[in-house]
Amino acid sequence: MTQEISRPRKKNPVLRTRLPTLPPAARSRIALGLTAAAAQGRFELQQCGECGSVQYPPREACQSCLSTRLSWKEQSGEGELLASTVLHHSNDLFFRERLPWRLGLVRLGSGPMVVTHLHGDVPAAPAKVRVAARLDRAGQAVLVALPDKETPHMADDRQLREFTCDPKFRKVLVTDGKTAVGQALVKGILKAEADLVWVGHAEPWKKFTGLDELQIIPQVTLVPLDLTDSKNVRELAAEIGGKVDILINNSEYHRAFGIANRQGVETARAEMDVNYFGLLRLAQEFGPAMRSRGADGLASAVAWVNLLSIYALANFPSHGTFSASKAAAQSLAQCLRAEMRPAGVRVVNVFPGPIDDEWNQLLPPPKIAPQSLANAVVKALRDGIEDVYPGDVAQEWLERWRDNPKALERELAA
Amino acid sequence: MRKGYEGVALAVPVTVPYVRYSIRAAHWWLARAFSELLKTSKLRKGDVDGLTVSSFTLAPDTAIGLTQHLGLSPRWLDHIPLGGASGVVALRRAARAVQAGDAEVVACIAGDTNHVDSFRLTLANFSQFARDAVYPYGAGGPNASFAFLTAYYMRAFGAQPEDFGKLCVAQRTNALKFPHALFKKPLSLEEYLSARPIADPLRLFDCVMPCAGADAFLVLSEDRAKALKLPFARLLGTIERHNAFTADPVQMRAGWALDRDELYSQAASSPQEMDFVQTYDDYPVISLMQLEDLDFCAKGEGAAFVRKHSFTWDGSFPFNTSGGQLSVGQAGAAGGFLGMVEAIRQLTGQAGERQVSKGNRPAKRGLVSGFGMINYDRGLGSGAAVLASR
Repeated sequence: MTQEISRPRKKNPVLRTRLPTLPPAARSRIALGLTAAAAQGRFELQQCGECGSVQYPPREACQSCLSTRLSWKEQSGEGELLASTVLHHSNDLFFRERLPWRLGLVRLGSGPMVVTHLHGDVPAAPAKVRVAARLDRAGQAVLVALPDKETPHMADDRQLREFTCDPKFRKVLVTDGKTAVGQALVKGILKAEADLVWVGHAEPWKKFTGLDELQIIPQVTLVPLDLTDSKNVRELAAEIGGKVDILINNSEYHRAFGIANRQGVETARAEMDVNYFGLLRLAQEFGPAMRSRGADGLASAVAWVNLLSIYALANFPSHGTFSASKAAAQSLAQCLRAEMRPAGVRVVNVFPGPIDDEWNQLLPPPKIAPQSLANAVVKALRDGIEDVYPGDVAQEWLERWRDNPKALERELAA
Repeated sequence: MRKGYEGVALAVPVTVPYVRYSIRAAHWWLARAFSELLKTSKLRKGDVDGLTVSSFTLAPDTAIGLTQHLGLSPRWLDHIPLGGASGVVALRRAARAVQAGDAEVVACIAGDTNHVDSFRLTLANFSQFARDAVYPYGAGGPNASFAFLTAYYMRAFGAQPEDFGKLCVAQRTNALKFPHALFKKPLSLEEYLSARPIADPLRLFDCVMPCAGADAFLVLSEDRAKALKLPFARLLGTIERHNAFTADPVQMRAGWALDRDELYSQAASSPQEMDFVQTYDDYPVISLMQLEDLDFCAKGEGAAFVRKHSFTWDGSFPFNTSGGQLSVGQAGAAGGFLGMVEAIRQLTGQAGERQVSKGNRPAKRGLVSGFGMINYDRGLGSGAAVLASR
């Protein structure tokens, strides 16, 4: 049974911080299909379009009928552990620092044999298991065999925690506490047993709805944070940057309309200043410290969450300039992801459809409730997902965009 | 009906003394092996008109690059990167070339270097499947793969650590009489059992030690060998098979089980007629599988067979008589040649203090088997050859 982790002791500032290392990251291009699905929390394997056989490791052709019509299909992960081992020696630095390390050899119900990381609560072979695809610290998909049924504190498994960004005992910065989404995030993350939460507010002299409720939560510290103010961002990073384990950038500036409905560029510039340059400022000031703490014990720096928008994929003309700023932010977030990867810090991008708030007043439902959005973010952290499309609208847009991006462009213009 | 191997001779068993680490390239080791073949056989470079090369660390070169590196102009050339199956497969290719007259004298050479970091690099890029689906899982290399096979085998058939230990201990005894073995100290069963765990259930002495080294032999016609006055062994029969039994969830057998009847029928011999057996032995479990698949005992009875016999060169079942890779060291692809050169030594009376004899006659028939390339979850290549004294 998994030993519940306990709150890590205060860090001794004299001791050297362990530097981050990564598990082996090289993959063939075809194997990245597994990573593409795992990034969204799904376990997919190649299935042959002609004979239907499911295969692993990923191949360029079907091993049964040699067809090259292969597609990635979601798997239940149900399987049987046939053999296990515990490594006491590894040729790789990352694992060497984390020995002993448990592995399994599993026969999936769909046929293939898979080598997996093995959760501590899975009993000796033979045993029923559930195989899931997770991103490892290198950002690549790996398979993890989990117990057939939930076990107490199973998220605390030492190995599993290397693949997730579980908020438990971690220190979190939520950049904007003024919005309903920000407040839901703070509560959600605390419910997930975060150690403490810094909550930014851009205009500390103003009282906002929900402030009183935040202030009485003992683990919450309000900090002045205006993403359009470089000096302010730098000062806050100097103060708490070395302690932030999870940064949730939920600050956004959102006005409706596209190009022709407005005069001048001021509104668009204000959107860019928060949505794009705000991310850039945060990344420049908070990024380096988080990168240095990617392997800093039980509560290491682990994730950076960006609240983007499904409009980042394809411009929604009635929110045209806002869409553009989110597209810019998404592009920058990919850059940040590349720069954070060597430290094993995951950049999580969240692409909600319209949030049920004042700026989306004129949009018809369904609109995602702030609470649902917050739940999706917490779940993504717990499961180690890096691309999140919460809610029905986001899911539908994603599907349409994947199917035919040009069609979506025309549909949105209608 | 396959054509037989009449008239094929194996001669000049060469081992370039292994070292744990070498600053030299694979080319250096292969050059040493080749030059030792010439020195012993008194052949000139130009007389050797066929060449097979097996090496992991020769990259980016292959056999053809080595011809220019060593100034050779063979008219027949093969690169055989099949790891532990290389020895048997090189012999098979060379034997047919000699029989067909495509080459008269074929040098089969295998060798690898071992820098302090080269083993890790070999593992990380061993195969596409290894890189995509094994190495990112703890980077345990073959230790992890064989840990699975060993755990599964033990569960299925009730083999005990002592059974594997008995083989390892006997091989160490054999190695003490092989001057080139890297392990020079006796090993007791207690030491085997109390050694540190590497990948459960494997302990330290279950795992081969990577090293640098090279092995080689010549394949030529019996007539040519006689003319050169070289002691030689004859090839009675041989098989190879790759990626057999794909439906077995965990490897419990390999191609030998599919082809052994043909092997023994081609060699007109039975397992009981073998005076010694040289298996591919990077981990002891695979030796048990070879003994079963090659019909020395039934499937699953490997452990009982081990309990019944003694495995030293002078034991009831002379086995891996130079110490095997477990006690000599694993010089990369040369590990697939170790059993072959030892078999040639045994059958040509060149095995010195560890010479196997039956009654008062020296060994006259022996079996060599090879196993190679854990591409993903199992070893793919298998092969075996029955050799005889002249």
